[in-house]
Amino acid sequence: MQKYILRRVLLAIPALIGLTIIIFLVMRILPGDVLTVMFGEEGTLQLSEEDRQRIIASLGLDKPIYLQYVDWLKDIVTLKLGQSFWRSSTVMDLVVSRGPITLEIAIISVLLSWVIGLPVGILAAMKRNSIFDYIGRFFSILFLAIPNFWLGTVIVLTLVLTLEWKAPLGVINIWENPWENLQIVWGPALVLGLGQAAYVCRMARSALLETIHEDYIRTARAKGLAERLVILRHALRNAIMPVITLSGVLLGFLIGGSVAVEQAFGVPGLGRTLVAAFFERDYVVIQNLVLLYGIVFVLTNLLVDISYAWIDPRIRYS
Amino acid sequence: MAQENTAATAGEALVQPEVPRSRGWWWVIIRFCQRNPMGAVSGFMIIAIVAVALLAPWVSTHHPTDEANFRALRKPPSSAHWLGTDDIGRDLYSRVVHGARISLFVALVAVVVGDFIGAAWGVATGYIGGKFDIYSQRFLELMMSFPTLILAMILVLAMGAGVWTVIVAISITRVPIAVRVIRSVTLSVKEYAYVDAAQAIGASSSRVMVRHIAPQCVAPWLVLATAHLGSVIILEASLGFLGVGVPLPTATWGNMLGGPVAAGLIPRWWMVVFPGLAITITVLAFNLFGDSIRDALDPKLRGRT
Repeated sequence: MQKYILRRVLLAIPALIGLTIIIFLVMRILPGDVLTVMFGEEGTLQLSEEDRQRIIASLGLDKPIYLQYVDWLKDIVTLKLGQSFWRSSTVMDLVVSRGPITLEIAIISVLLSWVIGLPVGILAAMKRNSIFDYIGRFFSILFLAIPNFWLGTVIVLTLVLTLEWKAPLGVINIWENPWENLQIVWGPALVLGLGQAAYVCRMARSALLETIHEDYIRTARAKGLAERLVILRHALRNAIMPVITLSGVLLGFLIGGSVAVEQAFGVPGLGRTLVAAFFERDYVVIQNLVLLYGIVFVLTNLLVDISYAWIDPRIRYS
Repeated sequence: MAQENTAATAGEALVQPEVPRSRGWWWVIIRFCQRNPMGAVSGFMIIAIVAVALLAPWVSTHHPTDEANFRALRKPPSSAHWLGTDDIGRDLYSRVVHGARISLFVALVAVVVGDFIGAAWGVATGYIGGKFDIYSQRFLELMMSFPTLILAMILVLAMGAGVWTVIVAISITRVPIAVRVIRSVTLSVKEYAYVDAAQAIGASSSRVMVRHIAPQCVAPWLVLATAHLGSVIILEASLGFLGVGVPLPTATWGNMLGGPVAAGLIPRWWMVVFPGLAITITVLAFNLFGDSIRDALDPKLRGRT
């Protein structure tokens, strides 16, 4: 097991380096002119030559391209992550102040998706083609089709129009005021959780239906085990695997989706910071936040792979 | 490794001998409708949505962008404006109808192009193998280590906003997924005896790939592409909602929803409900149709998912 973990961790290192290279290439080479990206066509023309030189120098763009990349790697290793162009804060400051809320939303929504999706999926598989099965399938298909940011906007609007209730503004962390913090995060977490629950439910149902036809399940039934125990002790253990893999895949959906949902709810998380950076064309912030999202994505996939191997010993030896 | 295993078995299950076509296309379609009532219903929904999109200038009552009536700002649905008007008095119904054009056009082109490139790449990398396979696998893993929406966002940023850049950005996000699925199909197909036979009589690699392996990938490709249509529509709408999609003033479902939110305005209910419903209904139709296509092409999975 240790050997497997070590191998997977070592494999993640080139992936992380590759991430920085791809982001660097997309950000530096494709746009042609950084100033045009930041200020737009007309804005660039209005800049004086002096300003232009100053801005380029402040972004470190006057150096040769490989030095720019080395500078960026230095920024990453020293955890400074560069300086926002429009604000006085470094990207690290933004991550520290906005990150916890996004992390909280992610964790709660994953928990919600399991708490809702798994039982519904299991029951639907056990009572196949019953009314319950049809209702469960209907809702899971429906929630796959509803865009999460729209559901978010609808919830916010309904609350504002009927109860005149709005979530508190500003960043309130859980350790400062848990109650107000909960008012900020419940909405995005619920919306993202429901979206993922739909996937979890479908996957749990189909995986369980597949394992139920296995010989060892028939054996368990034949020896007179109660149906509930057959499912919980025998079938679920194998059926849970695809659900775990799926949760790993869903993390990408979650990390990306949280950007749009935070925007819909007006939650001051990292996703909204990223969207604001896109609007302000805050080059350095975009570059580093995208990297951060990529790193989180790679590391969670690593964790999923390791937990998968931990549950299923066969994986380690393949 | 684990994921590759599941992908490989799914790929194997999808490879089916071709449906005999001797009884004609009508027979195939009628049988499909009989066996998949959901597929038939969603198929008709898709035909209706596509018809609305194609006929948008004729079925809409107002011009989607140029006809702003400043005496009818933010008006609720009425006989003059069936779905109400938006912040600057444009007819919401006409904008939703025209939004269907953009959504479907972007989704269709992005899925066909992205999944086609992915499929070609998948067949090549699966068949050729060796170093080429290893390097492309590494490269694709890198592409997949970004969340889809964020990958699309930085691509649009780099290329500049526009219909075509959105299409390119979205199709790039489809490529690695298509390569993964089609590669696993190729890996299992290339072990078949008929492929050995083709090689034995001296068929070139490209001939084997195009004439013998690619046809086996058509069914899984169709399943993949129909499944992608729904998710791509949501992706395009998300980009629009975040203000990095097809730029204003073009009406898209996403930027109709995102505009008021970004401006910090509290939108009226009809400005939120109708564009969102349009997205949901369209995605629902495509997802249901995709499920039915998969059932039809892969009977082993029927009723399981």
